[in-house]
Amino acid sequence: MEFLNSPPPPIRRLKLEDPAAARQVGPPAYPANGNGNRDSVPGGFTGARRSIGAPQFSIRRMDIDDVSVSYSNRDAVKGVSLPVRQGEVLSLIGPSGCGKTTLLRSLNRLTELTSTAKLTGRILLDDVDITLLEPTLLRRRVTMVFQQPNPFPMSVFDNIGYVLREQGSRRQRKRSLEPAVHSALDRAGLFEEVKDDLDHPALKLSGGQQQRLCIARALAAEPEVLLLDEPCSALDPQSTQVIEDLIVKLRDDVAVVIVTHNLQQAYRIADHVAFMYLGDLVEYNSATALFGTPREKRTQEYVSGAFG
Amino acid sequence: MDSSVATPPAAPPPTPGPQRPAKGAAEGSATWRLTDRIGLAICWALGLLFCAIALAIAVYLLIQGIKFLKPSMLVTPASSGFSETETGGFSDALVGTMIVAVIGIAIALPAGIAIAVWLVEYGRPAVLARITESTIEAIAGIPSIVLALFGTVIFSSTALAFFSRSTEGVVFGRSFFAAGAMLSLVALPLIVASTREGLNSIPGHVREASYAVGKTKAATTRRILLPASRPQVATGAMLGLGRIIGDTAIIVVLLGATQNFAPVEGVGFPLDYLRGAGTTLTNFVYEASPTGNLNQPQKAYAAAFVLLLMVLALNAAVDIVHRRSRKVGTWSS
Repeated sequence: MEFLNSPPPPIRRLKLEDPAAARQVGPPAYPANGNGNRDSVPGGFTGARRSIGAPQFSIRRMDIDDVSVSYSNRDAVKGVSLPVRQGEVLSLIGPSGCGKTTLLRSLNRLTELTSTAKLTGRILLDDVDITLLEPTLLRRRVTMVFQQPNPFPMSVFDNIGYVLREQGSRRQRKRSLEPAVHSALDRAGLFEEVKDDLDHPALKLSGGQQQRLCIARALAAEPEVLLLDEPCSALDPQSTQVIEDLIVKLRDDVAVVIVTHNLQQAYRIADHVAFMYLGDLVEYNSATALFGTPREKRTQEYVSGAFG
Repeated sequence: MDSSVATPPAAPPPTPGPQRPAKGAAEGSATWRLTDRIGLAICWALGLLFCAIALAIAVYLLIQGIKFLKPSMLVTPASSGFSETETGGFSDALVGTMIVAVIGIAIALPAGIAIAVWLVEYGRPAVLARITESTIEAIAGIPSIVLALFGTVIFSSTALAFFSRSTEGVVFGRSFFAAGAMLSLVALPLIVASTREGLNSIPGHVREASYAVGKTKAATTRRILLPASRPQVATGAMLGLGRIIGDTAIIVVLLGATQNFAPVEGVGFPLDYLRGAGTTLTNFVYEASPTGNLNQPQKAYAAAFVLLLMVLALNAAVDIVHRRSRKVGTWSS
């Protein structure tokens, strides 16, 4: 694997005194808290450099309209409304258990696999209520990548081929699938690394490669929306970097929704950020605004690290 | 996946430095309480004892088997005679063992996998799943001689006359079909249990990854879950096969326990053999032992040796399947 022999890509370190980052910092508008200790609540969000430019265009693809999800009497998501746009990366942030993963899973009806989950409100995909769509067809249009890299226990090629083979159709010849498999791997930035090892078991790839294979698998279905559930939390910084660059590149072709625990990551790669807390959507804004000049006190506290 | 920048992913792990203690040397039992040390000693002793017992059986049978087994025995059927040289070998028993093994596993394997898939992947309504679970456990607990008696009742009914010999409306009820069907019940719980274990060991997010690209539950099960649990299924199948070829009670009661094949006349091959009575190696060993009708201990040893070899071969096969699956790898958590 030549990936290992080539020198590692430069690592973007978080420079606190970086002038570019400093310019993004909002005014230290947060008033002194009760005990008067200003240092414990630093104002605004400092820390990262944005690696995503302004969107070239944005098309509304999905609408989350007053969606609530509850698991047997426990409310996980409470009346959230959000737009999902192609050409932009939407990031869901918030502390553990705030419902961001549940919201993400409801976008392709994966919540229905949990028998106790109950969803109210509407989710529209291109102005069609997703409950009217066949779940398997919906999930081909809205695919998902998970926290743990989970390639299927087969070869790299077959991992993509499995997605491409239509349900119920005869097993297609390998040759006929080749262009689509190569293209999916290429879009996930993995083709150059694995082009000689397409027959190798996918579970023998490195963690970062496995996760990019999972992204390639999700892209192979030619989706309109790509859901990413903390895709980098199990990966090392180098692989995280590669995947972040990939996500930025993908936003023009698919609408990207990413759940992340990592605020720096959200700041680096998201156009819009939604901050959720205890199932409520606290604030939705552009990343620079949400991190720079948060409107809500809870957002301010969260992005400055007061809790989380 | 905790590799830092210094150690790129998939790099071979660094060799342990000299300061790192050797594995297992981290804690000695010197500081333990006396009862704990006695407990540990008993564990050691019992482990060694069972190794010794297994080794003794294998070595003893190996010596006896090599001494008494002649290649001709494997190809000569048993026949009546007054000395060991006249009574032939046990080829019918050997082939009989293979036939019941094939019939038994051909029924038990698909049924067992289907039951396990239903229990793990569907399992609704929950009440029915629980009942199925306890039924399988109950079958696992039933002595095979009881299954055998039950089998005679079932296969003697006129509705199932096809599966055995019948004369003037009286159904004999003993045949390879009957024995194989009942033996499949002996293997079934083992296959169900290990297939369930295999399916349960697949993380939930792997299933969801398949659903999340628009695959149905059926496609996921067929293309992802069952291939991923192949080693456990194979283990179950091999354990089941071992139980089938080792069972004696069902053979004695349900296979007729003749010394040779007794094919049904006027029926085409292979149905004439499958509907007829026969014998297997276990039954041959029993009959040839000093307790049995034949009383030829030397041939009993020879046959027992062949039986042991078959079981060892099954164990080796399980090992190979497991080693193959290790090449495919598994999920990190």
